Amino acid sequence: MKRQLVLVGNGMAGMRAIEELLTLAPELYDITVFGSEPHGNYNRILLSPVLAAEKTVADIMLHTREWYAENGIALHAGDEVVRIDRARRRVIAKSGFEAPYDRVILATGSNPIVLPLPGKDLPGVVTYRDIADVERMIAASREGKRAVVIGGGLLGLEAAYGLQRRGMGVTVVHLSSTLMERQLDAAAGALLKRSLEERGLEFVMPAQTARILGDERVRGIELADGREVPADLVVMAVGIRPNVALAKASGIACERGVLVNDTMQTFDPRIYAVGECVQHRGACYGLVAPLFEQAKVVANHLAEFGIGRYLGSQTSTKLKVTGIDLFSAGDFTGGAGTEELVFKDAARGVYKKLVVEDNKIKGAVLYGDTVDGAWYFQLMRDGIEINDFRENVLFGQAHVGDSGTSGADAVTLLPETAEICGCNGVCKGDIVKAITKKNLFTLDEVRAHTKASSSCGSCTGLVEQLLANTLGGDYSEAPAKKPMCPCTIYTHEEVRAAIARERLKSIPAVMRFLEWKAPDGCHKCRPALNFYLLCAWPGEYEDDKQSRFINERAHGNIQRDGTYSVVPRIWGGVTSAKELRAIADVAEKYAVPTIKVTGGQRIDLLGVKKEDLPSVWRDLNAAGFVSGHAYGKALRTVKTCVGKEWCRFGTQDSTRLGIRMERVMWGSWHPHKVKLAVSGCPRNCAEATIKDLGVVCVDSGYELHVGGNGGIKVRATDFLCKVATEEEVIEHACAFLQLYREEARYLERTAPWIERVGLSHVRERIVDDAAGRKRLYARFLDAQKHSQTDPWAERAAGLHAEEFAPLEPNVEPEPVS
Amino acid sequence: MSWVDVGPVTALPERGARCLKVGSLAIAVFRTSTGAVFALRDQCPHRGGPLSQGIVHGTRVTCPLHDWVIDLATGCATGADEGSTPTYSVRVEEGRVLLELPAEALAKAS
Repeated sequence: MKRQLVLVGNGMAGMRAIEELLTLAPELYDITVFGSEPHGNYNRILLSPVLAAEKTVADIMLHTREWYAENGIALHAGDEVVRIDRARRRVIAKSGFEAPYDRVILATGSNPIVLPLPGKDLPGVVTYRDIADVERMIAASREGKRAVVIGGGLLGLEAAYGLQRRGMGVTVVHLSSTLMERQLDAAAGALLKRSLEERGLEFVMPAQTARILGDERVRGIELADGREVPADLVVMAVGIRPNVALAKASGIACERGVLVNDTMQTFDPRIYAVGECVQHRGACYGLVAPLFEQAKVVANHLAEFGIGRYLGSQTSTKLKVTGIDLFSAGDFTGGAGTEELVFKDAARGVYKKLVVEDNKIKGAVLYGDTVDGAWYFQLMRDGIEINDFRENVLFGQAHVGDSGTSGADAVTLLPETAEICGCNGVCKGDIVKAITKKNLFTLDEVRAHTKASSSCGSCTGLVEQLLANTLGGDYSEAPAKKPMCPCTIYTHEEVRAAIARERLKSIPAVMRFLEWKAPDGCHKCRPALNFYLLCAWPGEYEDDKQSRFINERAHGNIQRDGTYSVVPRIWGGVTSAKELRAIADVAEKYAVPTIKVTGGQRIDLLGVKKEDLPSVWRDLNAAGFVSGHAYGKALRTVKTCVGKEWCRFGTQDSTRLGIRMERVMWGSWHPHKVKLAVSGCPRNCAEATIKDLGVVCVDSGYELHVGGNGGIKVRATDFLCKVATEEEVIEHACAFLQLYREEARYLERTAPWIERVGLSHVRERIVDDAAGRKRLYARFLDAQKHSQTDPWAERAAGLHAEEFAPLEPNVEPEPVS
Repeated sequence: MSWVDVGPVTALPERGARCLKVGSLAIAVFRTSTGAVFALRDQCPHRGGPLSQGIVHGTRVTCPLHDWVIDLATGCATGADEGSTPTYSVRVEEGRVLLELPAEALAKAS
């Protein structure tokens, strides 16, 4: 017999746990759900747009009654649970219905705080929490003219805005002199107040409400200073309190919320709790992201995986008032030992403040321009030191070594038809529609459903902003600890550390030790693991061909029609008449449709059929060419200018140096492609300052520049150091590449890696620590001993012939038996 | 429909595929890590990418062009993507892979 699971509380947190459980272990439990509201599960975050007449109740349903029936879940909507009999293991509802249980999830959410004022029970006084409250407010807006909202926090302002959109005159009465004082400082609060006033809201603040006036029904409020404000509707929006009544009555330990451990179990281990009713390590949460993280852990534990732990969340806030951009996160009040970085442009209505402590962001308040909210939040959660880009940090990510255009426009001002994702042609309207219609909450979900931000990723900031604006105050980004892929709970760093520490030497060994969820992983983790193992155990690890992307298996780039491109290595971009003639002969012999000169000074033969690849390579080998690795997460090209051998401005022999470097480095595998360049003078004709590593020759030596990128986001290199000889160039360059491949995550180019770890870190390891640099250089050379075999020659000689030849069917069909 | 011998099962790489051309029809024959064999038209429902060139994981293949993940048993796209590619019956007998092909495809091929 299946075990019995009872969910008390049919809201977002509890139902998310059920959904997660159904994907992990669909057959383990019979599930019964109790909810006090007479509905299916709806998206509480979107109540404000319903109030503001921007959405309907039907728009915000997450699980309809039919959904419960289809999934075999017994739903008791509108039947509140009154008691849990823990001795007899039964949940008892108001109707008298009893449900036996093996496990219970408490997800009773929170209650709005009702101020103990005289007149609080008068008709026309409401709180703001559920669909019934919204319906009461909408009805009141049809009859009455004036509303008072008590409380100028997030919920209060959204209620005020909604009522005003419904045609009421609205006054907000707020205790503090700053709106949303828990999320905003005084300056941002003042800007917010001004723009809400421009929208027609009135404010009385600081002011305390003394009583609610009225006999039959409410007619206004009286303030502590004696002033009266007339009202046909009074909304109390002064905060929420975890709903612990049931837990307390059932003898479960509570403080502010229901106390839980890191597996979300209460003091009775059969009873879990999740969501707003919970108190975990002293903190209560009211935002969606933490609740969803908790739900994952509960589901994981109920499914008996036993590996998920909840470690608490950092949260950020957004206000859901159409046309107002506002973001805050962390501790933004500052104090002893902290510094404040402030940007203020009142005319444009832009205000940004970062609170910094020990070179790290502790908190952020953004008003009017929130494009970089997600970035600051990331820097904050990851504890990144900002000293390397501090002078530009307030201007945003687009100004940190990167002149890309991503996130240049405030997303709220864009029309529905504005193209957000240029790779996949996805417009703002498509994304917003998908978020609301398909109930999406995370960046990954938006990527899966719309394809926006799923190719090059340069629009990620804009998509996150759209998510935040659409979901509003309760949205917060994915958890800080990001697993490698859905097959595992471990991050790239944790996996690499385990490979080294436990001396894991094959993909199955890694998957076994780290309890991979899918038996042979997926297209995301397998290539990453293959690279990590190759990097950790050079010469020892046996490359897993089936875990490489097709380009690295076929040693050519797959094209949109399924043919391949062939790029022979042309050392330093220097070739000869004989080589060119050989390439021309191959192109004619195999009827290559397109010949193209590449940006890296190579010649690309496009449109070669897969079965022809080995013979094309054999012919190129015969002319002295080897693979150019133009298909790999590997060293691609070293681009050079002609240098002092010919150029009247040249200061050093840049072509000779480029060729030398390429001879040392070719064949090396990396987390992503690596492109180098050597320019013979600061005129920089080889464009060395947008390469992963660029050498700029000067009269007195060689400048080394790192972390450039000419791709999705143009990023100029950072200056690393200057050296005197070619030998030093090669030592520094190899050490840099070794550090990159030991530390960067798979598919992370040098530019984002350096922005993540900081240039100071790279300088310390490569420039300041000479002994460490020599060790890195030695490890690079050692690995090269095992990687400098030409993959084309091996395959031209017959290695993996089955990869290139199609199957041959037996021409005589057998009769059907 | 006719069953055609397309070679020994060992000719198929584990967690991999080979392509089979029958006239103008390209078929991808897959072998998973557990030794199960599947056959699909070698054409992703998204932009026609050659599925035989993708990474095989579990009973799924990821298209090499834009990372659509296709279920080998049903030919259907998984996750939020929608679309499918035709499947072909396939079985292993005495170490040989037998594939059921429409007669007209074979007629065209010969």
